[in-house]
Amino acid sequence: MANLTLVQAINLALIQEMEADDRVMLLGEDVGPNGGVFRVTDGLHARFGGDRVVDTPLAESGIIGTAIGLAMNGLRPIPEIQFEGFLGPAYDQLTTHAARMRTRTRGAFTVPMVVRVPIGGGIHAPELHSDSPEAIYAHHPGLKVVMPASPYDAKGLLISAIRDPDPVMYFEPKRIYRAFREEVPEDEYTIPIGEARVVSEGDELTIVTWGAPVVQCMKAIENSEKSIELIDLRTIYPVDIDTIEESVKKTGRCVIVHEAPKTCGFGAEIATSIMERCFLHLEAPVQRVTGFDTVMPYYKLELEYLPETERISRAIEEVVAY
Amino acid sequence: MTTATQPQAEENLAAKLPPDTLQQWLRDMLLIREFEVRTMQAYQDRKIGGFCHVYIGQEAVAVGCTAAVEHKDPIITAYRDHGHALARGMDPRYAMAEMYGKIGGCAKGKGGSMHLFDKPNNMFGGHGIVGAQCPLGTGLAFATKYEDEVMKGGTNTRVTLCFLGDGALNQGAFHEAMNLAGILDLPIIFICENNGYSMGTAISRGTTMGHNITSKAAGYGMESAIIDGMDIFTVYNGMKPLVDRCRDTSRPIFVDMRTYRYKGHSMSDPRKYRTKEEEQQYESNDVIDKLANWLMQEGHLTEDAYDKLVKEIRKEVRASMKWADNSPEPDIKELYTDVFVEEWGPFLGTSPPQIVKDAEGAGNDEDDDETREDDDD
Ligand SMILES: Cc1ncc(C[n+]2csc(CCOP(=O)(O)OP(=O)(O)O)c2C)c(N)n1
Ligand SMILES: [Mg+2]
Repeated sequence: MANLTLVQAINLALIQEMEADDRVMLLGEDVGPNGGVFRVTDGLHARFGGDRVVDTPLAESGIIGTAIGLAMNGLRPIPEIQFEGFLGPAYDQLTTHAARMRTRTRGAFTVPMVVRVPIGGGIHAPELHSDSPEAIYAHHPGLKVVMPASPYDAKGLLISAIRDPDPVMYFEPKRIYRAFREEVPEDEYTIPIGEARVVSEGDELTIVTWGAPVVQCMKAIENSEKSIELIDLRTIYPVDIDTIEESVKKTGRCVIVHEAPKTCGFGAEIATSIMERCFLHLEAPVQRVTGFDTVMPYYKLELEYLPETERISRAIEEVVAY
Repeated sequence: MTTATQPQAEENLAAKLPPDTLQQWLRDMLLIREFEVRTMQAYQDRKIGGFCHVYIGQEAVAVGCTAAVEHKDPIITAYRDHGHALARGMDPRYAMAEMYGKIGGCAKGKGGSMHLFDKPNNMFGGHGIVGAQCPLGTGLAFATKYEDEVMKGGTNTRVTLCFLGDGALNQGAFHEAMNLAGILDLPIIFICENNGYSMGTAISRGTTMGHNITSKAAGYGMESAIIDGMDIFTVYNGMKPLVDRCRDTSRPIFVDMRTYRYKGHSMSDPRKYRTKEEEQQYESNDVIDKLANWLMQEGHLTEDAYDKLVKEIRKEVRASMKWADNSPEPDIKELYTDVFVEEWGPFLGTSPPQIVKDAEGAGNDEDDDETREDDDD
């Protein structure tokens, strides 16, 4: 066991998978000697060389398109996009090619690629460096979308994603890259894609969240006297709706928390699924605590925008008191 | 066929300009330098958040290029935009307040360093996605030409300057913009501020034909030039004829502007990808010193006058910081303004930023009152 940050856990998973399988290779802007903007690939260039840790030109569409070609022809590429805001130029490749290749070729060609992307706010970054576009990618059948919220999950989920025969969007909440450490086994292990984690059990209310807000939710639960069950989705798509259903049938109340804007955020999907599956068990309307329907603001207003503990606590009180 | 020209011994047009024009260039370059030095300090002091990319070393490019065009000519650039905004005449107060995240900023303090827009000065930003400003530049040029030729039935009168970094050469958007400008015969000059690096990637590692990027223009049948950006004389002398030709012929041009950023890519760049000697080589041959020395040699500047100028600029920038300090923070309701023009649902409509109001004469001239919140509509 080692006590690792989320960044270190990802780094370790990359090393181990690259050692185990020489089809696994990395590409992206400054991922080589520089180790990437967040130093996630630190040391990998020295260890595996420039043939397997490939610095690319500044060209997101080219990076993702090339990775798709690599994957279709037998490799296991892991492209990095520096910030979620730069996915724009790559969006076309992701949604028209990566997501559909298996279907389009009726299974003849697949895209076993993991797109690593730092996501979310909370680090005082400017516009285009703080967004949470996970729902956009979940909306494209054919892409799996995951987002770890702890070092342990980061390693296990990444290994699953690398071994997965289909494309996986692996979103890394940059706010908690180095926020805390956790015991992470040295040996390789996997966390199945599509399985949520019950962080804490309770029977009065369910909170569903993913990514960095897991931390804020844990604080809100600590501050509350209520018995609250916290579910960290870990995988956005395919979502583990069974775990949510089981919990909400038990508690009858649910608060969904995410950073992305409310409208068409992934919370809307979950709320609807809860309505479909748990209607007669609900004691209160499902509430969402989310970012606002506007552009993520400059740092002075960032914490107003993000679902911070206070707003979560207020929602807990309201839903319990309903 | 390539239309690229090697750096030429052009006619020294700059030297023939009135001395006060060149003194103004010196002033503009000093203003940018001082502004950036203070910006770096304010960033260390955590008065500025977000990311911050300073322009130190490249001053001659922004000042020399804007000097070669007219005020009515649109300019647009990427995220390293402080120099262009100041060269175009943005009052440093609005720029500083923007980075401080204050309501008096040119984007109401809701954007930061990459958001320097100055509509009254035809400065179209400040854009964070590398290369993505290039098609916008093409569109700006299309608009001026359309207005001049289609709507007014005359001939083209304006030239758009579209600045980009060398990293942007690798983006599809750049190539699409070049092709469009070529096929539509648009009056635009793409100025690649070739400082040799995009973040930690040297141009030779990121760009094919990196040693000869004007070859990109040849592929689009476009005239091109290589200009030494480390000397405001070569910048102006190189740019002026290109601008005139672009205005006359309404044909796009591409410029490989050789320059250097003295500082790191952003405020947290250890610069392991280049040597101290390389940095030293450029800094010891500084663009501002060059012009100051020339003016002194020619008898247009004395040591005393220079010192006075430096002090004056220091004062001006310090005043901009004070102004920024005193400007209020954006109210939380600013989250919901400026999204749509109408008020509906949670949205609160829109109103122009201070910089626009002031230019329209609607602002209050009293320094301390200018930070007043614009919640009146
Ligand atoms: C599409 C996109 N990808 C990546 C980035 C991150 N990024 C910001 S600046 C930069 C380097 C750009 O270098 P260059 O174009 O040469 O401009 P310079 O910094 O030298 O002024 C990178 C990779 C971005 N802003 N947009
Ligand atoms: Mg550059």
